[in-house]
Amino acid sequence: MEIKVLGPGCANCFKMEELAKTAVKELGIEAKIEKITNIAQIAMHGILSTPGLIVNGKIKHSGKPLPSLDKMKELIKGEA
Amino acid sequence: MLKEFADYITYTLLKLEPTSHLGDALNFFIYDTLKIFLLLTTIVYVVAIIRAYFPPVKTKRILSHKREYIGNIMAALLGIVTPFCSCSAVPLFIGFVEAGVPLGVTFSFLISSPMVNEIALIMLWGLFGWKIALIYTGTGVVLAIVSGIVIGKLKMEKYVQDYVWQIKAGTGEIVETNFQEKLIYARDYTVELLKRIWPYVIIGIALGGIVHGYIPTDFVVKYAGRDNPFAVLVAVLIGIPLYSNAAGMIPVVQALVGKGMAMGTVLAFMMSVTAISFPEAVILKNVLKMRLIYTFFGIVTVGIIIVGYLFNTIL
Repeated sequence: MEIKVLGPGCANCFKMEELAKTAVKELGIEAKIEKITNIAQIAMHGILSTPGLIVNGKIKHSGKPLPSLDKMKELIKGEA
Repeated sequence: MLKEFADYITYTLLKLEPTSHLGDALNFFIYDTLKIFLLLTTIVYVVAIIRAYFPPVKTKRILSHKREYIGNIMAALLGIVTPFCSCSAVPLFIGFVEAGVPLGVTFSFLISSPMVNEIALIMLWGLFGWKIALIYTGTGVVLAIVSGIVIGKLKMEKYVQDYVWQIKAGTGEIVETNFQEKLIYARDYTVELLKRIWPYVIIGIALGGIVHGYIPTDFVVKYAGRDNPFAVLVAVLIGIPLYSNAAGMIPVVQALVGKGMAMGTVLAFMMSVTAISFPEAVILKNVLKMRLIYTFFGIVTVGIIIVGYLFNTIL
C-alpha cells in the first residue's frame, strides 16, 4: 500500500504524517508512507488545501481540520 | 440574560459598586466575553456546516472556464463560503489556473475568501450590529470583484511563474462525505478555531475595556475622527501587519468607535487586517513574479482606502 501525506511543512502536516504512521502501525499493515512537501508536486496531485492524504492514488482527505485517528484508520483500511 | 449574569458576578458575588470604574469595566468585560464566545461558537458551527458543502475542488469546477465579469462575481461570492487558509494559497492558485479559471477570476476569489470570513462578520455583528456587518460583506465582495476585473484587464499572465503553466494537475476528485461526516467536520472546525483565537479575543476585549475606561475622547476624535484626513491611510497601514487577528482587533476598535473613531476608518482598518497579509505575499512568491504581487496588493490597498473615505463621507 502506498500512502502520501502532502503539505509544505506546517504543523498540521506533521501531525497528519504522525497520524498516518500510528494508524498503519495499529492496523498492522504494510505501507510505504511518503511525505510530499514541494508545492508544485502537491498541486500536481490535485490537492487544493493542505494537508492532503492520498492512499493508493486516491485523495482521501484534504485540508483542515485533520481526521481523527479512527477516521484515519478507516480511510486507510478502505483501500487495503 | 447575559446582562443579568454579568451583573450577578460583578455586583452581587464580587460586591463591586455599579458606579465604580472597576465594577463598570469588569461588568463590560464579562458581558462582552460571554456574548462574543456564544456568537462565535454557534455561528462558526453553522457556517462550517455550509462550508462542508463547498470544498475548494467544487469551487474550482464551478469557476473553470467562466468568463470575465460573471466569473468575477461568482468567485467573490464563492469566496465567502469556501474555506481558505493562506497556507494553502499556492496549491489553490495552481489548481485554479490549471483548471482554466481566468487569472482575474482567481484573484477575485483570493481577495474575497480571507476578507469576508465568518470571524470578522460575527465580531462586527456582535459589536457593531448587523448593518455594519452587512456593509462590510457587501463592500468586501464588490472590492474583490472590481480588483479581480482590473487584474484581468491588465493581462498579467506573463507575471505568473512559468512553471505554473506547465503543471498538469490531477483530476482532484471530491472527497464525498455524508451529512453525519459534515457535522463532525463542523464540530472539529469550530473547536480548532476557538482553540486558536480565544486568547486574542480575550486580550482584545480586555484592551477594549481599558480604552473604554481610560483613553480620553478628545484624543481619539482628534486622531481617528472624521476630520483627520490621514486617519484612513494610517489605519490601513497599521492593519497590514496585524494579519489574522481580526478577532482580537474588533473589540479594541469598538471601544475606539465609542470614543469617536469614524466608521469608514473602522471598515478600512478591518479590511486591511483581513485582506492584506505579508505571510501570504511571501507564500505567493512561489507562483507569482514580484510585479504581479505588487499589483495585487497595490490594487487592494487602494481599494480599501477608497472604501474608508467613501464611508467616512456617507455614514
